[in-house]
Amino acid sequence: MTMISLNKETLKIGTEQDVILFRQRLKEYATKIGMSLLNQTKLITASSELVRNILVYAKKGEVLIEVVSDRLQTGIRVTFKDQGPGIADVQKALQDGYSTGKSLGLGLPGAKRLVNFFDIQSTPGHGTTVTIIRWKR
Amino acid sequence: MDRIPILKFGHFLLVTIQVDMYDRLALNLENDLVNAVSKHEARGVLIDISAVSIVDSFMGRIIGNIATMSRIMDAETVVVGMQPAVAITLVELGLPLAGVHTALNVEKGMALLQEKIGLNAHSDAARAEEDDDDQPE
Repeated sequence: MTMISLNKETLKIGTEQDVILFRQRLKEYATKIGMSLLNQTKLITASSELVRNILVYAKKGEVLIEVVSDRLQTGIRVTFKDQGPGIADVQKALQDGYSTGKSLGLGLPGAKRLVNFFDIQSTPGHGTTVTIIRWKR
Repeated sequence: MDRIPILKFGHFLLVTIQVDMYDRLALNLENDLVNAVSKHEARGVLIDISAVSIVDSFMGRIIGNIATMSRIMDAETVVVGMQPAVAITLVELGLPLAGVHTALNVEKGMALLQEKIGLNAHSDAARAEEDDDDQPE
């Protein structure tokens, strides 16, 4: 998939205030490209789950918001990167109801269902990078 | 301040969430509401989320917790005004808010609460009558 990145911004995540700011910025980007309200809601909800994982498990990290386009469509790509403990069993973490924390275990699998593209790379002891894309339509 | 105001209205408590939720705010609301139910001996809790554009698994769980805790304390909870995009997203996320009463708007939510409490009063009376019947003649 050849994709070009049109516009991008990196935000540091370390507090809940950062999360609020990130969600607002994401909404601005999504609105600017004319994403439907439903897709915006799905994108921001999925992102809210993933950014919480950074705060809960890694304490801090950063997110990259990009407007991306392949030949057919335009959308938003968000990359969540941390140097936290990583995930020992990624397949298990993607199952509904699995959690090593106190949550419902819906974060990762739920976020995956809400977006068009979902990729997770994790190395125990080194950190986790999750990339999602939600197309405009 | 990380607080959402809780209004007392007769036997009910009313909460209108006018800002986007974040975790600290949601946790404080849960705590404040359960304390308010106890303090005011409330029979119903009405939460208006018509201005909330994002409900992720954490906030969804808090709403579920509020309903469960209130029920244990003999109060019913109704969530009103959920935006269609939020409803669709919640179901796809895997969090259908089972066990939480919902209504389309505040008016219908109040009617539902009154009906619930009316029914409870009726069944209490019926139970008392049955107890009377059990009395030896």
